[in-house]
Parts: sequence; C-alpha cells; structure tokens
Amino acid sequence: MRYAETGYYLEVDLSTGSIERVESDPKWTELYMGGLGTNAKILWDRVPPEIEPFSPDNLFILSAGLLCGTLAPGANRTIVSTISPQTGLMAFSMMGGFFAPELKYAGYDKVIIRGKSDKLVYLYINNDKVEIRDASHLKGKGAVETQELIKQELNEPKAHVAAIGLAGENKVLFASIEQGRSSCSRAGIGAVMGDKGLKAVAVRGTKDVNVARPADFIKECNGVLNYIKYRADHPIKNMEAIFQNLGSPQEMAIVDEKWHTAGFMWGNVRTRRKDFWTEEVEEQWKSVQESVRTRLISCYNCPMKCGALISVPESPRYMMKCFSKLTYTMAAYSDLAFGFKIAQMATEYGVDGFSCPQVMAFALELYEAGILTDEDLPGMPSDNEGRHYWLLDRIVRREGIGDILADGTYWAAKKIGKGAEEYAHNNIKKIEQLPLKLGMLNPVYFLMYSTGEKINITQIEGQFPQEPFSTMEAREEFVSDWIQVPDEKFKKYFLEWNPRGENSNPFYPTPEIATELVDWMERMHYIDDALGVCAGLSSFPLKPPYHIHNYPRIFSAGTGIDMDEESITLAARRNRTLIRAVNVRRGMTRADEKPPEDHWRKRFPDLENTLLDVYYKFRGWDERGIPTKEYLQEIDLGFVAEDLEKRGII
Amino acid sequence: MAKVKKIIKTITVDVEKCNGCRACEAICSAFHAEPKYSTINPERSRIRVMRHPLKDIYLPVYAGEYTPAECMGRDKYIIEGKEYDECGFCRAACPSRTLFHEPDSGLPLKCDMCEDDPPQEKPLCVQWCINDALIYEEREEEVEEDVQIDDIEIGIKSLADKYGIDKVVETLTRMSQKS
Repeated sequence: MRYAETGYYLEVDLSTGSIERVESDPKWTELYMGGLGTNAKILWDRVPPEIEPFSPDNLFILSAGLLCGTLAPGANRTIVSTISPQTGLMAFSMMGGFFAPELKYAGYDKVIIRGKSDKLVYLYINNDKVEIRDASHLKGKGAVETQELIKQELNEPKAHVAAIGLAGENKVLFASIEQGRSSCSRAGIGAVMGDKGLKAVAVRGTKDVNVARPADFIKECNGVLNYIKYRADHPIKNMEAIFQNLGSPQEMAIVDEKWHTAGFMWGNVRTRRKDFWTEEVEEQWKSVQESVRTRLISCYNCPMKCGALISVPESPRYMMKCFSKLTYTMAAYSDLAFGFKIAQMATEYGVDGFSCPQVMAFALELYEAGILTDEDLPGMPSDNEGRHYWLLDRIVRREGIGDILADGTYWAAKKIGKGAEEYAHNNIKKIEQLPLKLGMLNPVYFLMYSTGEKINITQIEGQFPQEPFSTMEAREEFVSDWIQVPDEKFKKYFLEWNPRGENSNPFYPTPEIATELVDWMERMHYIDDALGVCAGLSSFPLKPPYHIHNYPRIFSAGTGIDMDEESITLAARRNRTLIRAVNVRRGMTRADEKPPEDHWRKRFPDLENTLLDVYYKFRGWDERGIPTKEYLQEIDLGFVAEDLEKRGII
Repeated sequence: MAKVKKIIKTITVDVEKCNGCRACEAICSAFHAEPKYSTINPERSRIRVMRHPLKDIYLPVYAGEYTPAECMGRDKYIIEGKEYDECGFCRAACPSRTLFHEPDSGLPLKCDMCEDDPPQEKPLCVQWCINDALIYEEREEEVEEDVQIDDIEIGIKSLADKYGIDKVVETLTRMSQKS
C-alpha cells in the first residue's frame, strides 16, 4: 500500500493514442518526494538536451504534489513541467485550484504526455477510464469557456478541467493553462500543450487517498489550521498591508494599492509614479473593485480567499488571483476598470499576466521610438486602451506584428532589430520579470534573481523580510514569535540588519549570510513544490503555518517514510541541484545568471561576483555554477555526474 | 409515543460566507474512515458543496435520509438572480443521483453530526470551516420518541431496493457460507 501518493502515473502518447497506467518507484518518494522533484527526475531521464521544446519527444507533465488530496490544508498544487519554448530550459509553472486533488482521487500522481496529436484533442480521465477525445469543436474557444463546455458535454459538473485558449493553440511563447480559479502561466507551458494538439485535460475521481499514520497526521493538520487562525488574528505589525497576512498578497481583498502603484514601474517597466495614489484614485478604484468582485474564493481545502469571481459588465465572468489585477493597468498607464476588462479577455485567450502586458507596452514603446511604424501596425486604433485590445488580439492570433510579439520581448527584439533589444530590458534568462526598478543592490535578492531556477522572484522569496526594520524595538518584537527560523542565528541576522550605515545593503547581509538566507527560502519553496502545498501558506508569506520544523512530521505521518529536518533538507537540495543539472545540460551558464542591467541603479560588480562564488560553493557547484562530481555523488545523484562527465560538462 | 427531551443539533449554512474550498468534504470523509482519518475521499463525504463558481453558486448540503424512490422535484428556484435546481437543496440519498452514496458499494450516506466517543465539541465540518459558513448550535427540545433503524438495516434496505430482496438474501447466504 502506498500512502499520500497513489503510486501510479498515467502515461499518454498522443502520437499513437496509447494510454498506460504505470506503477511508480517508491524509492523516488524518499529521494525526490514527489511533484516537482519527481518531474525533474523524469525530465532528466527521458528528455535529453537534444530534444527541442516543440519536439514530439518533449514531455509535458501534469503532476499532483505528494500531499495533494490529503487533509493537509492548502495541498492542492498542480506542478506542470516541460522544456520551455521561451527559455529552452526546464519550465515548472504551477497552479492551485482543484485539479491535483481530483487527479489523486482518480488514482494518479501524474499525467505524463508525450507525442503529438495531428488533430485537436482533449484527455478525459475518469478513474480507470481514460479517453483521448476529439476537441475540433473547441478550436479557438476561450480557456474558461472550454472548461464549461467540456463539463457540459461530459455531463460531469464535478470534473476539473485544465485548458488552453487561443494563445496556447497558436503557440504563443507566454501562453498559460487555465483551470477554475487558477492558472499556470510562466515560461510558455501552454504553448507546449498547444503544440501537442492538447486542448484540455479533464479529470474526475472517486477513489480514496490513504495516509500512513492517521492520528499523527490529523494532529499536524489541526496544528496548521490553528496557526492559520492565529495568524488571521495576528497580522504582522510594521508592514505594508500585503505583507501582513498569509495567502498570496491579498490583491482581491485589498483596495489600498499605494505600495504597488507608487513603488512598481508603469509602462514598459519605465516610470515610477510616486504621487499616483491619491484619495480620489483610491475612491474610484475601490468602487470599481467592489462593483466587479462578486465573491472571494479559495482553492481546494484552504481557508484563505486569495481569488475572486469577477463580473465585469457586458463581459463573461472569470476568476482572478493576485497581481494580474494591476499588471495590465500599470503597463498601459490606465486604470483599474481597464485592468479588470482586459484581464477577462487575457484569461480566455490564456496568456501570462506578467509577460503579456510587458510585451504590449514594449511594442508601444517601439512605436513611439519609431522602431515600429504604422506599416508594422496597420489598422491599430489611436486610443490607448483600444491599442491594447488590438495588440492582444494580434498576439494570440499570431497575426502580422503579433506573430513576432508572441515570442516575448527577448525574441521579438532580436527579430525586429534596429535597436529594439534596448527595449527588452526587463528579462532574466529570456523571461519578462516583475515590473520593478530599484536603487540599492540587495544581496539576497541579487542571488535569488540570478540563480533561481524558476526565473520568477515571487516564487523564490518569502521567509525573510524584504527590508530591515528601522527600530530595534520593532525588530525585537518581530523575532519574538518567529518560530519558523531553521536556526536561531537567522534572528540575529535580522536584528543586526540596518536600513543604512553599518550593516546595511549591499554589504550586509554578507555573501555568506545572504547565501544562508537564500538557501532557507529556496529550501521551503522546493519542499512546497514537491508536496504540492501552496506557497501562500508556506514559503511565500512571513511566519507561515508550514515550516522546516513541522514539515518532516507531516511528511512522515502522511507517507510512512521517516524524514527529519536534515533528510528533508537534503531532499530539497537534491531537487534543486537536479533541476540545475537539467538546465546546465541544456547550456545554461554563469553568464546567464544575472538580473536585468537596470534592476538596481547602484551595482557592485565585484560584490556580485563574490555573491555568486559563495552561493555556488555552498550549493556544491563549481565556479561555473555546475554541480561538482563529488557533490552529486554525495547526494545520490551519481547518475547525473556520469552523464555530465560523458558529455564533457564536468 | 412518549415525549422525551432531546438535544437538537443544528448547522446553519451561510452560503454567502462559503468560499468553496470543500475542506468540509475532506474532513468529513476522513473522520468517517476506518481507522479514523486514514483515508480521504470527498465522494464518501456526508456534506457536499454544490458549486458552480462562474454562476457564484456555493451550496453546502448535508446527507439526509435514504429514499428508495425518485421524487417529483424537478423545479427551479431563482434566488437573488441565481438559478438553483430543487435537487441541489435536497439531502436525500436517492436513486436518481450518485450523490450521498458510497462510490464503491452504492450504500447510502447520512450525516451523523460526527458522533464520537468522547463526543466532538462540534461536527468536524464546522470545526474545519474557519470562514464560518457552517455554524453549529445545540438546543434542548421535547420531541416524540421515534424508532431508529440502524445503519446496517438502512444499507440492506437500499440494496434490496436496488437488486431485489431475493438477490440480497442469496448473496448474504453465499457470503456467510464462504466465511
């Protein structure tokens, strides 16, 4: 009997139509836990670097996390992994919602898809019955609309459906996968799904998920739930509203957007509008938000209400989460009403909410600069908002200029030439980043931006405050109930960190301390992503209910495999290094490990080099950022060392 | 029949507060598993959230009595502009739907307010609904004593309705001989 996991993968070959239920290796659970970890192992074993993202041999893996479908609150994440067409590296985008638990109840931990269908199809998993069904009637349909149509035609309202929109079908390199209130958006995974001719995956399950030590497991789950209640009553003091609570930043609940609108950049990540937020704006935005927000909603087995049902007049309804509320608004220098309206279209089309607004703002900047002309943009309306709707439509259809823009700012700039590269200024490893430009280099963030395999800061950061507190009194109060620290020394680091003068950025935290902090944050994210626990209850907010001290107990009680802090840390580091190995085998180098040139105004090349050196060394990698043979052998990744050696990489 | 004092247990469902997370279903199925909390399967839950997110419909419904017959209830209700099937409000484990039947055996399910020894302070679904969509109350009332039939009898009755009593007797005889 397998516990927490089902012990089965569903292998589907869309070229041949073959469907197999395959038992997974229980040893993998000890080594890689599950979810992202086992996805990485499969991609390492089965997708060598010669295989292109749009090859039929690229795998597309939808995986439930190890704890999904158990009672662990917030364990509902689906981890989608493939080779990204935007970066050529491993993509691992994730979504919450209800898909992963349903997949477990259907009896599978993962769906591994290979091959390509020559006509558009969808996969229907109903317990043991799995079918590849025709989807030609769904061609061109919206990602939200498709989910409803499939549930109707299956007469299965309880099914959960992950679908692509027009952007995925047309292989837009920042196409998303939409599912209920959630989406999986980064690195173009929707394009890989579209390339495989797969419009959607629907799942319905009515089987049991077992846990090994039920009495211990429920005790831990009750502990998590009680701590969530405690945190609801104890928001973190001396912090902006979005940092006070658990969950993803409560963008659907919070109306006060002073911090984002004054601190983040508008347009093509260009302009700071420090005085934008006025009483008048607040009143207007509040009225817009409250009029379109029908209800705050959750993912499976989670009390947080991070999402919302949005009803924009005269538009179909959709569900929104988090920061896409502002990305379109701010990229277009527009207002919240526009943001909610265009996000409806963008969700149906299925595009990433960070990349897409930046791509449009980039195009309009190129037009202003005369690099793109009326000839390139025939028929584009003259009004600002109209231009955005027009561009969005061209992009998802890959029509005219849209065909170039659909590859994202990095590739589009290369194709356009004439100096366009200067305008694609906010990328790391070819992916558009948060619209942020700051003053003083922050060593912790430098490391996360540069080295993070997710290539997305919000999915790396979290446990340690972003900025020091000004008074010692406030710092002492903050550390007084900081039970989540892996070691007491982290409290000391925080107490000693000053906003300016001695012990301040960029030289404090020192490279050694910065590395330890990054290791802590990454460790929590890698555990979450293997277990399928939402970062909003764990690695992302300050003082979360899941941490390094209760995770081993939860893991052990759930799976029956004993883990302690040391072994779960080792498993997280193993996963982190395995993904690094997948990427270095695909050609990623130290030269790629850098934030956008203009991310900070004040840069320190020598310090930055030292930071990378210290971090790599701590990780057991060489000065090129490549795992060493000795370290790989030490952490049971000898097979990786062998392959890298054979290829002359180490 | 004699009048007896009885604790009436009520759960008030505030549909406006439901965030649709289905924690109630998860914990209910786990509590009723054998051994307790050993398995989770919302399909075995005695509370289900009728959800239609895009229509903003979230309706937690508890499993009530088993009934062998289909009803006439096919009406629709429109409440605050949202259309509900009458069926959606119904607590019965009935033959016209799979709801409130065990997924493997087809046996009917019924909410028992989490009877436990020692007793739970509140049913588990209420404990796990920290958004307060489910509120538990107890009050004492004088009621007429009724005759309770036990779970096994309800179960066998439902099998008899489905397959005929002869088939059930035949199966039970065969099973008892085997064991």
